[in-house]
Amino acid sequence: MEHIPILRLGRFLLVTIQVDMHDQLAMVLQEELTDRIVRDRARGVLIDISALDIVDSFIGRMLSNIAGMARILDAETVVVGMQPSVAITLVELGLSLPGIRTALDVDRGMALLKSAIGEDQEGDLGRHG
Amino acid sequence: MAPGSLAEFIDHNEGALLAEWTRLQKASVHGLRDRISEAELRTASHEFVLALKQAVNSGETDLLSPAFSALRDHLSSLSSHWAALGFTPSETAGFVFSFKHALFLHLKQVTKDPAALADQLWESDQLLDKLGLFTTEVFQKSREQIIGRQQEEMLELSTPVVELWHGILALPLIGTLDSARTQIVMQNLLEALVARSADLAIIDITGVPTVDTLVAQHLLKTVAAARLMGAECIISGIRPQIAQTIIHLGVNLGDVVTKANLADAFRVALHKRGLAVAKIQG
Repeated sequence: MEHIPILRLGRFLLVTIQVDMHDQLAMVLQEELTDRIVRDRARGVLIDISALDIVDSFIGRMLSNIAGMARILDAETVVVGMQPSVAITLVELGLSLPGIRTALDVDRGMALLKSAIGEDQEGDLGRHG
Repeated sequence: MAPGSLAEFIDHNEGALLAEWTRLQKASVHGLRDRISEAELRTASHEFVLALKQAVNSGETDLLSPAFSALRDHLSSLSSHWAALGFTPSETAGFVFSFKHALFLHLKQVTKDPAALADQLWESDQLLDKLGLFTTEVFQKSREQIIGRQQEEMLELSTPVVELWHGILALPLIGTLDSARTQIVMQNLLEALVARSADLAIIDITGVPTVDTLVAQHLLKTVAAARLMGAECIISGIRPQIAQTIIHLGVNLGDVVTKANLADAFRVALHKRGLAVAKIQG
């Protein structure tokens, strides 16, 4: 079965979606990601969807759900690299993903996460790892 | 009239018909000589008669049948050519209708029996009417193509995305926003955001004459789509009347930053980047 790897980068989790998302895969990702947030005591989740050409309403809602779950577990979520056509489709579908932070690329996404959770906690989590 | 007899008739009287027709064309189609040369007109007429003869010879009366394909092609190219030269549809149809006149004059001389003459006239009349209408149809289609192309060109012209500063784009909108244009504007802007790696965009609507609920909704959609990609939009150039309209219509612009003019929006954008415009000392 296909699997989406979750990489740990300091206090953040990095997820790069490079295969076509289908519903089963989305559910597995949601489960694994919440597990990892708790296990790794992650403070931020960065999801890179720059390779996705198609995002349907289900995947859109899944992204919202992940952000909501992460927030409950005290982690910020940033979705980066959304393609223009995907953004247009989501807006036309009426999904503007209100709870999600977004950034143009991974670099800016990282900067956004850092500023969102505050630099002062870096040392704390660095020791944990 | 038996199939082929009209063709035979045209065949026998081709030279005389052509001469008569050219004379009538000059009289009926006003300003013809200014736009196309006499030689060109004569060639067109000659080809028309040849194709007509061939088509009539088959005994078919349906304009869409394969026997008429040469005639159809000839008339199509003639119509679109004349449309490009600036002829009116009636002038183009007049090209075919004036042949009717020449043909009738000759039929009247040859056929003495009134009943047979009536039949012949009716048959050729119907055929030439169809051909005349066909030229009008083609004429209209080629005009529509011209209009369509111009619309596309206008769309491309009217949606430039300019870079004001590193990472700050501006989209000056001019003209009425409809669904089709908004789609292109949205796409252009979003693609430019990725291409230039910009995360701030100023949408300037100084040149948009009216803002109704639909236009406002389109703007909000663009802003929402940009936000999904991780970019922020500022809307500038809102005139007092438009501000009034937006509030009267009850449109909620949400948390979109709006500024009265582009300069203010640019200052906000610079500020967000931690930049400022300063006077040179000394």
